[in-house]
Amino acid sequence: MSEVDWRPGCAIETLHARAAALAATRAFFAERGVLEVNTPVLASRTVIDPAIESVAVGGRYLQTSPEYHMKRLLAAGAPSIYQLGPVFRQGEQGRWHNPEFLMLEWYRLGFDAERLMLEVEELVDVLLGPAPCQRVPYRQLLAARFDIDIDHASPDDLASICAQLGYRADSDDAAPSAEEALDLMLAAALADRADGRTFVIQYPPNQAALARVTSSVDRPYAERFELVIDGVEIANGYHELTDADELAHRMAVDASRRGTLGLPVPKRDERLLAAQRHGLPSCAGVALGFDRLLALKLGTQGIAPALTFDWNRA
Amino acid sequence: MAIYATNEFRPGLKVLLEGSPCSILENEFVKPGKGQAFSRVKFRNLNTGRVWERTFRSGETIEGADVLETDMEYLYNDGEFWHFMKTDGSYEQFEAAAAAVGDARQWLKEQDVCSVTLWNDSPISIVPPNFVELEVTETDPGMRGDTAQGGSKPATLSTGAVIKVPLFIEVGETLRIDTRTGEYVSRARD
Repeated sequence: MSEVDWRPGCAIETLHARAAALAATRAFFAERGVLEVNTPVLASRTVIDPAIESVAVGGRYLQTSPEYHMKRLLAAGAPSIYQLGPVFRQGEQGRWHNPEFLMLEWYRLGFDAERLMLEVEELVDVLLGPAPCQRVPYRQLLAARFDIDIDHASPDDLASICAQLGYRADSDDAAPSAEEALDLMLAAALADRADGRTFVIQYPPNQAALARVTSSVDRPYAERFELVIDGVEIANGYHELTDADELAHRMAVDASRRGTLGLPVPKRDERLLAAQRHGLPSCAGVALGFDRLLALKLGTQGIAPALTFDWNRA
Repeated sequence: MAIYATNEFRPGLKVLLEGSPCSILENEFVKPGKGQAFSRVKFRNLNTGRVWERTFRSGETIEGADVLETDMEYLYNDGEFWHFMKTDGSYEQFEAAAAAVGDARQWLKEQDVCSVTLWNDSPISIVPPNFVELEVTETDPGMRGDTAQGGSKPATLSTGAVIKVPLFIEVGETLRIDTRTGEYVSRARD
């Protein structure tokens, strides 16, 4: 008879490291007057983002991020807020992914992307120790790695880069879509930055998600940023979109993409839309994968040893 | 044959990739930010031993390969093929071509048990035992008394393999060889 493996996947010292990191994070926000909040984990609505799949439970959804509820708090008059809580993403399992993970998400009234990035840097300095942090625009990152201008790349250019990256297309659906190609190129470019801290900034407008878009420049960009540490993506932030009509438009685009891909299309969150119509104050927000950050602090080669019980033990 | 999706790719799974049987070494789930999920997979091509890296869209499928690793006793070489027999009591025999035997040929001694990889019931690779004992058929005369100090000389073994041996080794002696490194280990004990 084989013995049942009931033990945690982490060392007992890891519990101390995790508790200390959580305490340091709470102290960080307390010092800055950012209020801790708790919002529902199981709710009637969820994201429509085509690349994020929710776990459905009893006709509701485990939240993939506390974003919608936190924005409703802000629209109702809450000050700058943060939350530490579990989020769930169906099927995201791998060395650096666990379908359930601890998210640190916070919103700062009156901040723009750059000011919030500075605060993210300060928190990471507290948790991992100080180190310099570069900023690289998205287009420049891909241009430097692949010698390509993504705004003028032909499908053939993208396909040939994907082939170099070992992309293997279905026999019946040969070419990667432009979105797929960019995702693949970004993943490769980020994996190359195996050392140090980098913010990828100024995303192309079609990857704005819920960031506002700056269009008063030659090449409009989304005020979105992503923090990558030692090749691992740690945080994703926005200078938040406040325009309710634009939000409704992006939700419709996401819903139609889901339809095209044959994915289920959850109903849109009318309460978020109503809150945003009422008025979301100007703010910036960021979501940070706490377990990954802890794994980097511990120097583990993946997320599992930073969790008490990873997916295969839970 | 079975079809496997990317979330079923595990190290050791045998699949057919671009016409070749491969063993999965590593499957990394990759998902940039809010982007689409991929599997970055390393394969060992079982025909050539080379490592291939491919990236798949998450959820994509590939066909399994009918690959089996099994112990077989080496019987003889008929000049063209190397013949092996299963050790499971079935006495079932297989013939392996030179491409499948590869460098293992220089370590094959009759009645030794090897690990044979079969694809669609044909041997595609042979791994000899980690240690084999082979007789020296040719080497310069030994030097009496020189048993402790370094220094080596080439020796030809009964299989035709040429290895480096200590100076005191003589023709007719049986030596223990590590097949993974091709190095002399010791004199064989009777």
